[in-house]
Amino acid sequence: MASPTPRLDLRGITKRFPGCLANDHVDLALLPGEIHALLGENGAGKSTLVKIIYGVQHADSGTLHWEGREVTISDPHAARRLGIGMVFQHFSLFDTLTVAENIALGIEDKATSLKDLSVRIRAVSERYGLALDPDRHVFDLSVGERQRVEIVRCLLQDPRLLIMDEPTSVLTPQEVGRLFETLRRLAAEGCTILYISHKLEEIRALCDRATVLRGGKVVATCDPRKETARSLAEMMIGTSLSTPERAAAAVTGAPRLEVRHLSTTTDVPFATELKDVSLEVRAGEILGIAGVAGNGQAELMAALSGETLIGDETAVLIEGRPVGHLGPRARRELGLAFVPEERLGRGAVPELSLSENALLSGYAREPLVRSGIVHFGRARSYAERIIDLFNVVTHGHKAEARSLSGGNLQKFIIGREILQRPKLLIVGQPTWGVDAGAAAAIHQALIDLARGGTAVLVISQDLDELFVLCDRISVLFHGRLSPSTPSHQTTVEQIGLLMGGLFGGSGEDEGEIGRVA
Amino acid sequence: MSLLRLEPRGQASRAMVYLTPVLAVALTLASGFLLFLALGFDPVKALHAFFIQPISTARGLGELIVKATPLVLIGVGLAIGFRANVWNIGAEGQLTLGAIVGGGIGLAFYGDGGWWVLPLMVLGGVAGGMLWAAIPAWLKLRFNASEILTSLMLTYVALLLLNYLINGPYRDPEGFAFPESRMFEPDATLPHLIQGTRVHLGSLFALLAVAGGWVLMSRTFIGFQIRVIGLTPAAAGYAGFNEKRIVWLTLLLSGGLAGLAGLGEVAGPIGQITPSISPGYGFTAIIVAFLGRLHPVGILLAGLLMALSFIGGEAAQIALGLPKAITGVFQGMLLFFLLACDVLIRYRVRLGARRVAA
Amino acid sequence: MSEVVVFLGPVLAAMLTAATPLLFAALGELVVEKSGVLNLGVEGMMLAGAVIGFMVAASTGSSTLGFVAAAVAGLAMGALFGVLTLGLLANQVATGLALTLFGVGLSALVGQGWVGRPIQDVPELRIPGLTDLPVIGPALFGQDALVYLGLAMVPAVHWFLFSTRAGLVLRAVGENHAAAHALGYKVVRIRFLAVLFGGAMSGIAGAYLSLDYTPMWAENMTAGRGWIALALVVFSTWKPGRVLLGAWLFGGVTIAQLHVQGHGFAVPSQLLSMLPYLATILVLVAISRDVARIRLNAPACLGKVFHPDG
Repeated sequence: MASPTPRLDLRGITKRFPGCLANDHVDLALLPGEIHALLGENGAGKSTLVKIIYGVQHADSGTLHWEGREVTISDPHAARRLGIGMVFQHFSLFDTLTVAENIALGIEDKATSLKDLSVRIRAVSERYGLALDPDRHVFDLSVGERQRVEIVRCLLQDPRLLIMDEPTSVLTPQEVGRLFETLRRLAAEGCTILYISHKLEEIRALCDRATVLRGGKVVATCDPRKETARSLAEMMIGTSLSTPERAAAAVTGAPRLEVRHLSTTTDVPFATELKDVSLEVRAGEILGIAGVAGNGQAELMAALSGETLIGDETAVLIEGRPVGHLGPRARRELGLAFVPEERLGRGAVPELSLSENALLSGYAREPLVRSGIVHFGRARSYAERIIDLFNVVTHGHKAEARSLSGGNLQKFIIGREILQRPKLLIVGQPTWGVDAGAAAAIHQALIDLARGGTAVLVISQDLDELFVLCDRISVLFHGRLSPSTPSHQTTVEQIGLLMGGLFGGSGEDEGEIGRVA
Repeated sequence: MSLLRLEPRGQASRAMVYLTPVLAVALTLASGFLLFLALGFDPVKALHAFFIQPISTARGLGELIVKATPLVLIGVGLAIGFRANVWNIGAEGQLTLGAIVGGGIGLAFYGDGGWWVLPLMVLGGVAGGMLWAAIPAWLKLRFNASEILTSLMLTYVALLLLNYLINGPYRDPEGFAFPESRMFEPDATLPHLIQGTRVHLGSLFALLAVAGGWVLMSRTFIGFQIRVIGLTPAAAGYAGFNEKRIVWLTLLLSGGLAGLAGLGEVAGPIGQITPSISPGYGFTAIIVAFLGRLHPVGILLAGLLMALSFIGGEAAQIALGLPKAITGVFQGMLLFFLLACDVLIRYRVRLGARRVAA
Repeated sequence: MSEVVVFLGPVLAAMLTAATPLLFAALGELVVEKSGVLNLGVEGMMLAGAVIGFMVAASTGSSTLGFVAAAVAGLAMGALFGVLTLGLLANQVATGLALTLFGVGLSALVGQGWVGRPIQDVPELRIPGLTDLPVIGPALFGQDALVYLGLAMVPAVHWFLFSTRAGLVLRAVGENHAAAHALGYKVVRIRFLAVLFGGAMSGIAGAYLSLDYTPMWAENMTAGRGWIALALVVFSTWKPGRVLLGAWLFGGVTIAQLHVQGHGFAVPSQLLSMLPYLATILVLVAISRDVARIRLNAPACLGKVFHPDG
């Protein structure tokens, strides 16, 4: 390849945060019209690097060259004026504003009226096959549609560099396919795409080149189409991967959790209602629930944990006992343990020490409280036991929960629940945002727990994870749960279709898909 | 802001938790120095008259304790609520109701009382405060109404109620239509603790409240639940803590202590029910709670300091003709400085603007 | 008939004047809250405006100067709040309380020598002809300029928030400050400006009390109107038009109880004076019980601390 002037050339970018070096002399050249992958584990420095490109953060040292000319990108307005667009991982959208208002906030053209803007939005979304109604409110949109808002916002400015930060983590496989078509078309029109992900198969399918970050440094640049997923993973992690051992489908015992025709109603905006959900988890097995976020996962978790109570007490049974009317404390006493999706801020109190966080859920099944008085010594040794057994990297039981990395905090929380010897463990997003080492450890711990006779329910958006862990998989879509399928009898594609709402023969759901598509 | 930059600390600084109140007091004194200068007083003399002279006699120290008593009683209760994110700012009203109910009992048995009147009055005071705090609790839990606004509105209602009673049913029949009640009989008055001062039994209640508050917050499981609810409500829901129970508990507790403080004033230093039983103890106690780091022992110290600002204000008024309102200015400044300094607990202040890639 | 006219005319007029300070303070606070900041110091800012406005107007003889000074005083108090909560990341609830306590003390100190001194009225802006209409004439067109300014602020604030780009950015900052920051908007600067506006509006509200409504200066003369204004913002579900409705409602209650007192009914005056406060609790309860509605309309970041690095 002759070397044309790079669209963007980063030289020696360094950025330090208190206690960590996020980017260490990073060099990166992005060519016109290429789809370039930026690959790395959580904490490798990908997000910091793209925030520097987009002007949200500023490098301590190093230079940026835009089409051969040195530039300073002082803020996102400056980035957009150069022609840089960005689609954020956690969308930068405003729920109670309309699509058009959201887009107006993200473009530099301040003179256009909302009415004219709506016309342009319709034109661009038609051209790229990204259907959008400018007058709808964002809280009304599905996750896929929200991403479309972000993409159209970038496209309206004719970007010459489009940054996509983990764009597929919330999409069904079919939506991913449509997104890739759009991206390829943009690249063919000459737009450079910087694609950030840790999903290796996607990168091999989509990208022309890949730059791998590890510990803030560039460790490799390669053509991903010539690599295997395994070799890419090893560049990313720096060591070889251990895949968790899974016991052959264990002999399963009596049902530990039964859910029968569970429906919920809500008067809270932005919430999904559960519709006639039924499931069963037996001792010794792992049931997985797949689905795109926002399809009722949070509501199902709350109904199972007891954070929301259900009118019909027999809709949820633990070991055959109706518990729909019981709160979390009573359910814990019956043997339920629970790991919520939100680690910091639900599963743990950020400002409290690990000892105190051990007490948070440990009080129900461990002897930490006697006649209303807390036994802080025991809470401390319980915390130390968790830290030891689950290899939590921290400077001790006095450390505040918020000082731990995502992976270590998750190991602590899962350890805290497992050490209570639960009869039933419910886990939401066990390894979301967790580094590969911790993720492998967490997967192994869950498999071992099930092999020891505990019933485990895993709710996750990560299909690879569900196929590694689960004996059976169901899909949650618009508050409905599909019947479960043994995981060795199904494929990622089939589950993906269910995640898009293609339940067998239900006309009503197809109507809703029509709206989404 | 471009010269100073805040950088988050990995872990909250323990040292700063104790240092910032001291820093805030120092800054307040320095500002007081400038304020007196601006008002045309000799600042050294004025500060001496304000903060030193009033407590240089045994009687003065006694007054300090008398004024600190309601502040500490109320402050301990409020702090427990604040920890749970329950913002009861109507303690002044609850104090007033304590005086109305407890004092009313004293008046009702005027002339045919016995030893049992005083305990009954104390219970009445607590019950009156609780009753007044129960209203915002119920409105918050049943109707989602902000306790900040309802408890404050009820303070105005309570003060008007007191005003009505003192001009009607409570008025001293032999008092020439003066808006005051009779003086309480000895059976209905809190006994003095220290000879030669006005220090009364209420101060002992305040010390008990400090000890009880400390045990509750640092040793009991309820205290742990209060902290979790205040810091992270979602985690409290996850753990299965009953938030409604905590709202009831904290509001009733703070209301009851405020009511006790109100009864302590009318059955203690004042000795009768008057239209102005409190110079704003219920509001100053908010400052006391924050200055004391929402910790009962800290509140004891902060209560004494704030009491000094009250008697200092009175002393400075007499000695130098300084306006009494200066007390409120000092109290407000102190809270401002404390809130400003508290940034140091979680952040480091760095000099110099953030460098932009060159 | 004529008796009704004689009675109703002044009542309507009095209702409009009683509503005016609430209107200014609540509209100001509405803009502040839309940007995601909860400033509980309205009462303190109003008192600062009341005393400074009175002093300046009394010394210069110009009520216009008085109102300008009051706006500046309220703005300065707002700036203090802004520096603490936005610059130094202090808790907004605690800082707002501190601002009120400080305002009570400071205004009493500054206004010591001015208690009970008289001042002449603001020259009234009259509309010839219309004033002479029966009943509604004096009520609607016989008021002074501030009443009309207050009324004009309602559509003005609505237009700003919902029809201008600056208003859109302000709402976006209150809705999701992290996203607004990621898109390059200066969250702290925008909020600071909103807080300054709220301060100036509270200052004017206070000065209206000391210059027009009473007109005189007395310690703590706002008597909880700052807090009622805060309740009105919730009542309005953050919509300017409904603030006007709420302010009139309170103006009506206030005036009704004064008239009942004036006509010598057998109800003790103190109990009647409770009515505006009880009414506040009542409307607050009525509107807050609709949780879904509050959640949809309340700015999602209201009261939350923002720091760009988390």
